[in-house]
Amino acid sequence: MTARAPDHFALFGLEPRFALDAEALEQAYRRVQEQVHPDRFATGSAAEKRVAMQWAARANEAFQTLRSPLGRAAYLCERHGAPIHAESNTAMPEEFLERQLALREALDEARGERDPAALARLRDEIRRLREDTLSALAAALDREGDYRRAAGLVRQLMFIEKFGAELAAAEAETA
Amino acid sequence: MALLQIAEPGMSPAPHERRLAVGIDLGTTNSLVATVRNSVADVLADEQGRPLLPSVVRYRADGSVEVGFEALAHQATDPRNTIVSVKRFMGRSVKDVEHVENLPYDFVDTPGMLQIRTVAGVKSPVEVSAEILRVLRERAESALGGDLVGAVITVPAYFDDAQRQATRDAARLAGLNVLRLLNEPTAAALAYGLDNAAEGVYAVYDLGGGTFDISILKLTKGVFEVLATGGDTALGGDDFDHRLYCWALEQADLSLLPPEDTSLLTVKARAAKEALSTKDSATIQARLSKGRWVNLTIKRDIFAGMTQHLVQKTIDAARRALRDAGLKPADVKGVVMVGGATRMPHVRKAVADLFGQEPLIDIDPDKVVALGAAKQANLLAGNHAPGDDDWLLLDVIPLSLGLETMGGLVERIIPRNSTIPIARAQEFTTFRDGQTAMAIHVVQGERELVSDCRSLARFELRGIPPMAAGAARIRVTFQVDADGLLSVSARETTSGVEASIVVKPSYGLTDEEIARMLQESIGAAEADVAARALREQQVEAQRLVEATIAALAADGDLLDDDERAEVERLLRELIDIARGDDHLAIKTAIDRLSRGTEEFAARRMDRTIRAALAGRRIDEVLPE
Repeated sequence: MTARAPDHFALFGLEPRFALDAEALEQAYRRVQEQVHPDRFATGSAAEKRVAMQWAARANEAFQTLRSPLGRAAYLCERHGAPIHAESNTAMPEEFLERQLALREALDEARGERDPAALARLRDEIRRLREDTLSALAAALDREGDYRRAAGLVRQLMFIEKFGAELAAAEAETA
Repeated sequence: MALLQIAEPGMSPAPHERRLAVGIDLGTTNSLVATVRNSVADVLADEQGRPLLPSVVRYRADGSVEVGFEALAHQATDPRNTIVSVKRFMGRSVKDVEHVENLPYDFVDTPGMLQIRTVAGVKSPVEVSAEILRVLRERAESALGGDLVGAVITVPAYFDDAQRQATRDAARLAGLNVLRLLNEPTAAALAYGLDNAAEGVYAVYDLGGGTFDISILKLTKGVFEVLATGGDTALGGDDFDHRLYCWALEQADLSLLPPEDTSLLTVKARAAKEALSTKDSATIQARLSKGRWVNLTIKRDIFAGMTQHLVQKTIDAARRALRDAGLKPADVKGVVMVGGATRMPHVRKAVADLFGQEPLIDIDPDKVVALGAAKQANLLAGNHAPGDDDWLLLDVIPLSLGLETMGGLVERIIPRNSTIPIARAQEFTTFRDGQTAMAIHVVQGERELVSDCRSLARFELRGIPPMAAGAARIRVTFQVDADGLLSVSARETTSGVEASIVVKPSYGLTDEEIARMLQESIGAAEADVAARALREQQVEAQRLVEATIAALAADGDLLDDDERAEVERLLRELIDIARGDDHLAIKTAIDRLSRGTEEFAARRMDRTIRAALAGRRIDEVLPE
């Protein structure tokens, strides 16, 4: 890609912050796609078509990354020299690891016993945990500029999102 | 002032001249072509006023080809050379085709895509489809009185990369410039103007002659997302005809008819079925061989009763698609009906009962897909005036794309439902010391095992410098364009040694193959081919000259004097060469101007985006 588009936030004319107005992001995304989508150049020259495809792919990538809190936080960390390295870096605070273990056990049990009430309690707990992690991320990224701490929180958030998906699958089975 | 010399008579058309563009529904049973004239989309009929072209091609020993009704008439007498429903074979191998043993064709099991041996030689499904598209192109050109700038061609939403690529190749072979491949349910929704409706989930229920498709679409401000698709590739209006035919046999106490009686009675049964869509009863009258008469009356409710199990199959499939999408019938805001078989009242009633609302039937269900495609073609051709109704379709890729990794597992690179176009890269490494080559196997599908997915392409990256295991960095880039077509490239990044390759999946035709097929195509004398190639290149040259002049006028300040002089030089060169009759020279000059303006195009795009975001911290946008 060209060096002219260095940053996902700048592409959409947004401040590079974790706190983000989802509506503003979506509007900016659509405004950019309206200009660059290959459909706008269907009868254009080969050069225009190629440039349009690159830009539209770039806008899709940027939008997909920024729209989810996880993608946005990971992107900010990487931009500031604190890559996530989820595969190799599994170090987490002991307290979080213990909680993770407890949640997993509770999920296995609730799933085994097909217990909707237990699943609903887990849903509440994971929602609270997610909200707490998101506010901690906002503090680390937007106020303290502590990207190493934020990268650790991103790894926790990855677990939370994965757990949430498994919980949803278990709820669908039980329903 | 250089510009004044450039805009010479004959090179620059009148402003706002309408560009001729069509939408084509390349269907399993029938195909149609439609265009927008005076802001209204309309299907173009043949000289006898028939809008549908049966998707049937017959090859004859003398090398001539029959397409449509003419070919259909010979299906019973010359089944081996009369190819029906070729769409089922596009991008498929023999083992992919269901009930292949019941088909009358002499298949050749070529790798990637099957071929069919006919009396006129071995034909690929791409060539057969191209015959259908060529007839539609000629129909459109004679009706509209000029060459087409391009066509939008519809494909089923679930078509994978192989099937889309085959469709695109067929269009090229038929001399069509493909503006876009468009999903059929999306086209149907466009015909109904759902793009400007409020957000919501829509179902498209498509019961054709031989296939049933159900699609669940989500519309969000011009984004059409396919949430789920389902259906039955062996269920359609023909099965209703057959049921009625069997009933007639029972009633008339007949059995084992000779082929001509079977086909006569089937035709009568179909006519009765169609009559029952508007009347309470219909008659089946036929004079069979040996002087036997059939004279029966069928009531609508009797017919509905004997075919209810067929309708129920479609309803079950629709329920499954809804379940796959995680939705309930009540979540669906509207149901679009596609395909002639949806005219049957008991089909409509079953759909209405399932979704709890009357389905949309205002547009002719045979034409709705072609009409939507025509609207999109008109937009893409640039015929919309400022202030016209406008929309942007952001389509998604229907199936995930990935690579084979150790143990026959799939590493997913681009997940299904990603908005396209998209480019994504993933790094891999070597697993042996001194490894200098790496096999790359590209697959498409949702399963974890390579053997359960469709194999798209295999290629080898060679020339990796010998390193310790795990030291090399192989970057594999997947790019999917706005038609959902994939290209893959790979390169080793640590060594500075560039080993790079771009593959087109194996079933795709090369430019040389297309050229050879064009040369061989029957009915096209060599002079015609050359004349057509020249005209195409001249049209292309004119379009590029026009676009470049407009770009220079609008954004010429983005170039410095030297850059501008170079663009103008290439422009003058193309204008000169385009006056001649050497189509290859014109193509070369087009490529040169096109390459020479790439940087200019990129700068203009930057400016456009800045303008679009103007007022939103413009200093932050795309810093140089």
